[in-house]
Amino acid sequence: MTTGTKIKKAILYLGLILLALTCLLPFLMMMVNATRSGNEIMTSFTLIPGSSLKENWEIVSNYFNIFKGILNSVIVAFPATLMTAYFSAMTAFALAIYKFKGKNILFAVILLFMMIPAQLGLLGFYDLVSFLHLINSYIPLIIPAVAAPGTVFFLKQYVESVLPPALLEAARIDGASELYIFHKIVLPIMSPGIATMAIGAFIGNWNSYLTPMLILTKTEKYTLPVLIATLNSSTDIVSNQGATYLAVAISVIPILIVFCFCSKYIISSISAGSVKE
Amino acid sequence: MDNIKTVKRRKKDYNRTGYFFVLPFVIVFLVFNVYPVLRTLYLSFMNYKGFGEPQFIGIKNYARVLQDKFFWRALWNTIKIWGVNIVLQLGLAFLLTIVFSDIKYKMKGLGFFRTVFYLPNIIAATSVAFLFKTLLDWKYGSVNNLLMSFGIIAKGAQINWLGDPNIAPYVVSVVNTWMWFGNSFIVLMAGVQGISKDYYEAAAIDGANRWKTFGKITLPLLRPIMIYVSITSLIGGLQMFDIPYLINDKGSAGNPSGCLQTVVMYLYKFGFEGGTKKQVGYASAIAYSLFLIVLVVSVIQFRVMNKKED
Repeated sequence: MTTGTKIKKAILYLGLILLALTCLLPFLMMMVNATRSGNEIMTSFTLIPGSSLKENWEIVSNYFNIFKGILNSVIVAFPATLMTAYFSAMTAFALAIYKFKGKNILFAVILLFMMIPAQLGLLGFYDLVSFLHLINSYIPLIIPAVAAPGTVFFLKQYVESVLPPALLEAARIDGASELYIFHKIVLPIMSPGIATMAIGAFIGNWNSYLTPMLILTKTEKYTLPVLIATLNSSTDIVSNQGATYLAVAISVIPILIVFCFCSKYIISSISAGSVKE
Repeated sequence: MDNIKTVKRRKKDYNRTGYFFVLPFVIVFLVFNVYPVLRTLYLSFMNYKGFGEPQFIGIKNYARVLQDKFFWRALWNTIKIWGVNIVLQLGLAFLLTIVFSDIKYKMKGLGFFRTVFYLPNIIAATSVAFLFKTLLDWKYGSVNNLLMSFGIIAKGAQINWLGDPNIAPYVVSVVNTWMWFGNSFIVLMAGVQGISKDYYEAAAIDGANRWKTFGKITLPLLRPIMIYVSITSLIGGLQMFDIPYLINDKGSAGNPSGCLQTVVMYLYKFGFEGGTKKQVGYASAIAYSLFLIVLVVSVIQFRVMNKKED
């Protein structure tokens, strides 16, 4: 390698490191500022933690119960993700393996709805939910997760590539029922693909704001993003930046923990979004 | 003979299971996906306040959209914020893809950088909005304090990031870029890694230099992925809501001077705010108008990008 190439490479690495710092700096500032008093933050910049974590926490905990918000998000996001994973796998398996009337139409409609922006049905969805008296219920946030067109599409391609049809035949000859085959043979084989899609679905559910904000009107029902969005209406918090940073920092921690353990799956779920046929 | 018949009948039985397996999906899909989309279409031809009987008024709502200068302003705001964002986001992602796929430099650390670049994308948009709203506070924000402590701006000359209509939309573009460039980079990089090594070996044997290799192999084979990334980001970008809605002080009004009001915020204002004075019919017409615009633009985008260069 020539010296010129080495220098160019060093410059590229420097650029990459700077870009990485740009990604991390806002988080770092958030963590540090969460431990500083409002006054300190307003008058100076530093990355050395302060000593006001306790005072900031008192302001935050006086305003809202952020752990209740986290708990509510868990109550919504986990069942919704399970619904998406299980029923998408089931639908994808059926579309890939069985021959039945209307299958192609169903698949075409699934493709069509993958292209339609979610906001198009928003007003009709809200109208339906209020008609069914499900405002402030978690049902309209969980049950619709059964039908996830994008996940079905991906898992159909996936199951077609990983499931040998001979395996099904063998199980049938052994007298296994179709449901048994799905649970004991197909689901385990599909599990890497399902995990990839489920982690993406979980993050989507966990971070979802607009729909829960419309459906939930009682504070004790608020999921985390909806709760965080009410920070604006507290003068105590708005007037103390330290408390704002602390509230935001706490809201970020659960998903950061998920990211630490699953970043590999998360990244493959994004790459999977672009799979070629 | 008998045996074959039973086998045939049992095969049919297997296939009938297909109906049962797709049934939960189909029911929920019809109720919560298909019906709401059709209901919104129905309401777009109605005068409807969210309660009582909707009254049919023909295409009046659509005629109103065409003449509503605030709708067009919201559309222009959205396009402006999205346009600057997409150029930065795809430009950066593309640049990173070039760097990491370069056959001469063979850059290391792809896994690490990919993870760090992607990190901002997993955070809820609500948290991102509040984080930047506080960091970018005009008089007392940490970003201005940082710039002052390095002497980049003079003391007392703080930049009004979110309060100046000439700056605020682009600040939102940059925040969106910060959130999404890692995502685009991962998708583009996955595309490069999917290109068969044979092409590169053949190019190396033919003595092609790295720019030629990039221009003649990587770029053309990456085109479908580029189309995918730009169309999905168009569909997502024109629906922008969370960040511009929460990063300004006035909610759906899109302070300052309405320059942060996006189409979905404008729709929200009519469809969900105002209590008994809601205009759900008009909001529905806005939703379908946006959909038509997205559809037309993505078809044009697809045609242009899919055109053979030579």
